[in-house]
Amino acid sequence: MFTELQEANFLVPTSYYVILSAVLFTIGVAGVLIRRNAILIFMSIELMLNAANLAFVAFARAFQDLSGQVFVFFVMTVAASEVAVGLALIVAIFRSRKSIDIDELHSMEG
Amino acid sequence: MDSLFALIPLIIVFPFSGVVIGVFFGRRLMPHKDSIGPGLVASILAGASFVIAVLMFIALQGHPEGVEVPLATWMNITAGDRVLDIPWTFKIDTLSSVMMLVVAGVGTLIHIYAIGYMQGDIDEQIAKRGFEGDEAFDFKRRRYSKFFTFFNLFLGSMLVLVTANNYLMMFVGWELVGLCSYLLIGFWFDDPVKGVYNSESGKKAFIVNRIGDFGMLIAIMLIFWTFGTVQFDDVFARAECMQAESQEACLTVSAGEAVHEEAEGEHGEAARPYLTPVALGKIGTVTLGVVVTIITLCLLLGATGKSAQIPLFVWLPDAMAGPTPVSALIHAATMVTAGIYMITRSNVLYAMAPISGTAVAIVGAATALVAGTIAVAQFDIKRVLAYSTISQLGFMIAAVGLGGYVAGIFHLATHAFFKALLFLSAGSVIHGMEHGHHHAAHHGHGGDDPDFDPQDMRYMGGLKDKMPITTWVYIIGSLALAGIPPLAGFWSKDEILLDASLNNQLVYVLLSISAFFTAFYMGRQVFMVFFGRARTEAADHAVESKPMMTTPLIILAALSVLGGLLNLPGLHSLAHWLEHSVAHAHTAEFNISIAAISTLLGLIAIGLSWLLYGRKPVEAGQADPLRSTGPVFTFLNRKWYWDELYDTVFIKPYVWLGEFLAVTIDWKFWHDFVHDRIIGDAFRGWGAILSQPIDQGVVDGAVNGIAQLVDGSSQELRKTQTGYVRNYALAVALGVVLVLGFLAFRFLM
Amino acid sequence: MNLPTLESINLLAVLPVLIVFGWTLVLLVIDLFIPSGRKYWTAWLGILGLLGAAVALAVRFIDARGAAVTAFDGMLTVDGFSLFLQAIFILTAVIGILLALDFLPRHKIERGEYYILLLFTTGGMMIMSMAADLIVVFLALELLSIPLYILTGFARPRADSEEAAMKYFLLGAFASGFLVFGIALTYGGTGTTSLVGVFNQLAEGEPSRDLALVGMALILVGFGFKVAAVPFHMWTPDVYQGAPTPVTAFMSVGAKAGGFAALMRILIVAMPAVGEAWGMLVAILAMLTMILGNVVAIAQRNIKRMLAYSSIAHAGYILVAVSAAQRPEDAPLAVSAAIFYLLTYAFTNLGAFGVVLAVEREDGSGNLLEDFAGLGRSKPVLAAIMTLFMLSLTGMPVSAGLVGKFFVFQAAINASVGNPWILAAAIVGIVTSVISAFYYIRIILIMYMQEGEPQVVLKPALTVALALTALATLILGIIPAPVFQLAKDALLTLVG
Repeated sequence: MFTELQEANFLVPTSYYVILSAVLFTIGVAGVLIRRNAILIFMSIELMLNAANLAFVAFARAFQDLSGQVFVFFVMTVAASEVAVGLALIVAIFRSRKSIDIDELHSMEG
Repeated sequence: MDSLFALIPLIIVFPFSGVVIGVFFGRRLMPHKDSIGPGLVASILAGASFVIAVLMFIALQGHPEGVEVPLATWMNITAGDRVLDIPWTFKIDTLSSVMMLVVAGVGTLIHIYAIGYMQGDIDEQIAKRGFEGDEAFDFKRRRYSKFFTFFNLFLGSMLVLVTANNYLMMFVGWELVGLCSYLLIGFWFDDPVKGVYNSESGKKAFIVNRIGDFGMLIAIMLIFWTFGTVQFDDVFARAECMQAESQEACLTVSAGEAVHEEAEGEHGEAARPYLTPVALGKIGTVTLGVVVTIITLCLLLGATGKSAQIPLFVWLPDAMAGPTPVSALIHAATMVTAGIYMITRSNVLYAMAPISGTAVAIVGAATALVAGTIAVAQFDIKRVLAYSTISQLGFMIAAVGLGGYVAGIFHLATHAFFKALLFLSAGSVIHGMEHGHHHAAHHGHGGDDPDFDPQDMRYMGGLKDKMPITTWVYIIGSLALAGIPPLAGFWSKDEILLDASLNNQLVYVLLSISAFFTAFYMGRQVFMVFFGRARTEAADHAVESKPMMTTPLIILAALSVLGGLLNLPGLHSLAHWLEHSVAHAHTAEFNISIAAISTLLGLIAIGLSWLLYGRKPVEAGQADPLRSTGPVFTFLNRKWYWDELYDTVFIKPYVWLGEFLAVTIDWKFWHDFVHDRIIGDAFRGWGAILSQPIDQGVVDGAVNGIAQLVDGSSQELRKTQTGYVRNYALAVALGVVLVLGFLAFRFLM
Repeated sequence: MNLPTLESINLLAVLPVLIVFGWTLVLLVIDLFIPSGRKYWTAWLGILGLLGAAVALAVRFIDARGAAVTAFDGMLTVDGFSLFLQAIFILTAVIGILLALDFLPRHKIERGEYYILLLFTTGGMMIMSMAADLIVVFLALELLSIPLYILTGFARPRADSEEAAMKYFLLGAFASGFLVFGIALTYGGTGTTSLVGVFNQLAEGEPSRDLALVGMALILVGFGFKVAAVPFHMWTPDVYQGAPTPVTAFMSVGAKAGGFAALMRILIVAMPAVGEAWGMLVAILAMLTMILGNVVAIAQRNIKRMLAYSSIAHAGYILVAVSAAQRPEDAPLAVSAAIFYLLTYAFTNLGAFGVVLAVEREDGSGNLLEDFAGLGRSKPVLAAIMTLFMLSLTGMPVSAGLVGKFFVFQAAINASVGNPWILAAAIVGIVTSVISAFYYIRIILIMYMQEGEPQVVLKPALTVALALTALATLILGIIPAPVFQLAKDALLTLVG
């Protein structure tokens, strides 16, 4: 599929990276769906973002283009700020409920 | 100078913002029971409108040909290459400027007057209902702010009417002022004693006006049908073009270009594309006259409604049920003159239809005479003024019918001054009488008539010592109305009579007789109310009103004295001012014999009234001297039996027809016979077969089924919303799978 | 490589958003010196900043005369579309602050950060409307979302508020994961992140259109979450119910409009080459969204939850307009219908939430439908205004809602020639808006027909907000032409 993108000096074809990133992404999604601990869910989301980062870097190398790599930095920065907010929320919830099991958060439904 | 014109939208923004303030904050503006917040705000906004009107007047000095200021697109419909475009545009020219000044100026004075008057009026209502404490305060707060909200709404609507640049926008204002009139006539619809009468009066005004509005609407449709536009300038330009050439040749004629050039592109617009008239090719130059005649007659019907002319004048006397400032502002000075303004605006069309012009003049003159005679035999102080208003409106209508547009508008302005003055003074008198009545009842003088009416002149008398300011301004107003030189009314009425004498002798005679009656009934009123001895305890204890009320009276009195300066013979300042916007205006030179005859008639009438009412004042319980004329007086007192005539000719047959249709045709014949006997029996037979299995099973089932399906699926679907985050995430993931699956299936494979 | 110049950065064109961010940073410092209990100063200063931005926006609008320019070397596009949407955002933020002014102290959660966070997310929305590069889209989306997560939990330690914030945060981050991956795949499919580049590459079919197609689908998922399209909508009812009501009001309008802004720009400007694919997808999502939103709203007893489902349903109507823009020749009409709809929805929904705020009690109760019983008798004006909003949401005459729906359906039917999906979406839209009458009019019936003693607190700021929104709803309903003309002139453009 990506043979036309490959160049001779690449040892590993880009498609391998992309497939790896898709696998990582899927693992992340599965983690979000399966885990009950808020922190672990959050880590799974980080995994999804990093899978995307991997894809970006791989494509950037294939195109010899900088903007994909720049994007990675932005994603990392944004992920960091998300962590700050997310952990603060988790701490707040832990304080009032003494638990971070998200299945206990279902007072609103219907 | 030009940039001043851009301020014109403010003239309606001010009063309408008063409406918004009144609706949302009105009650809060009144922290305690004597505060006048809502009234003050409304008056300031009315004053601001007046300032804008003055600025427009100043700006017009440099551009007497007038400008049009577009505000917004209103209706814009494209049909193929044809465009219907009616923008919301203000027309500022010398004519609308006069109207703006009168409406906003007199309006502001009456707003100020109402600040004080409504305080007293509402207190009177509270006393009637026996409200106390918080209930009374809440009631007062609600009604006080409501009144000024309506009042500002009226002012804004009236200014929409006079600043419109097309018939449709004018019609919006026309309807809005009608609505305000209805709301304000029935303002005391919940009065414990007269509530029903008040609301019936409002209803009467509204329904009678509907008939006139119907005529207006037909006229507007006909104008659009014939000319393909409703903008004043373009209608007139096309009408004049069509008179000379064929209809097709005039399709592109538009006044826009002319205005554009004169105004040097500042405010003019590019030529406006208009819809081709529907009637294209159907109207030749010969039939044009017929069509324009029909249009102008329909406009006349509209004018007879709004300006209370024969045959639709019956609503105006009953409209006096509203509070006195309403009578003064709406039913004397401004709204009722809309008909005169509209005819003047349409002068080009009337010039093309001489038959309509004559009809207008005859209607006006006849109304002037009929209403003038009725006024002679009334006892209610406001009713006399109401009939007098109808009569004076008749003068104006007659004038514009004869082409004396300047005279008509001149009289419109002076009449606004002195009639507003008379109404407000009458309000002051009523106020004083009510005060006296309370005083008398309170101090146990007793003996008063149980059905005492503070508006009935038979209960008054001798008020000149109790209420000196009111008396003086009332006399000034009466003399102005009677046409005694050099007061304002003399000059304007003289100009109407002069126009009439030159154009139509019949109208001249009718109007002269009316002028005689005018002077007579005003003399009768002044002598009955202010002179002689007090006929009741109430009159004996009446007191002068507060300065808040008397100050506007004095200003209006000054205007009533000096109003003639507007258009003195020889100077013709108003005529020169108006000739920029009224193409067919004409003025005649002062004629000493006409003036002398009318003055003489007035003086004789006043003398006669003095002989009957002044020399030997009417005593309490004594019959009116005119009673000796027997049936004539009764005939006039019952208003020529006009209401009874309508009742017999229209209302009773209508009710009878309704009953006939309902009882005989619908019920007895259709329902009892056709339904029950013929259809019913057959139906019942079939129904027995159909109803059980088919109707209840299938039809009901379908209707109920759909409702149940929606409701049931709603209940089921909400269960998917479990409250668990993981389920929500699962839904997102499933959504992704579905989207990708769909794409793969549809586009990638 | 060209270095950026002052001209290519073009600060003047993005002055409004610079004012918002700059002023917010200053305010962050000023807020430290404002004593607690006087935090309304922060609020009024915030409004001041927004008004400044509004002035800059107006100047820009007059200056530009419809021409589009870029800023920051093609990273931002300032065109009619973005100016119109920025106006909506500023309006929403002003009303959002007005709604919160009395609410926060009454609920004892008054802190200056509230207004600052609100201004930050407004800035994010404004950038979102101008984003011309996928990097900026992502940044703006996060800038929009993160303050909103915090605002949702602002009423902590109230359990509802905390729970809502947690749910919103986790699901929001989850959805942005999809978005970032979608962007990565689009980048892989086209070799560029700028929208102009994407457009060019897709038109030529280079290097891999399929990869870009999958990327587009994942981007659609990310924004489907933001605008609450079914099946990515499930966070909406819980978050709307749990968040403090002024936040709900602001979020229901601002976040939705922000999501649509970027979605429309990406799909319509950059991806017309795959229009057939996304047009069909969006039409299907629209149908699902309208049906589910309107049907489930019927079963709700809590008004905030009901309005949440109603907001889902309205997202469906706007999606109909988006799907109608799949062919470039239909796009201008559809886009103007969509943004006009957003405007009418902004006024109406903010107003409706304003009434909800007035009825809500200090302890957070008072949000059930029954709590509106008797409002028609005790507060006739308030009830009349609520009636207006409900009628407008239903799409009844003499209200903005009807006009908005009319334009959307008109655009859809226009575009549906030879495209049965869009026609189907339009029909579903019309049928479901009939269903929606059921639950909107129920509120009116409860207000006027049922006996009750609602406790209403109506402070001046809220009154002003209500008057503003009611007036706008009415005016847009009666004379929509001038504003719709603006929406028509607000073109989405491709400048690079």
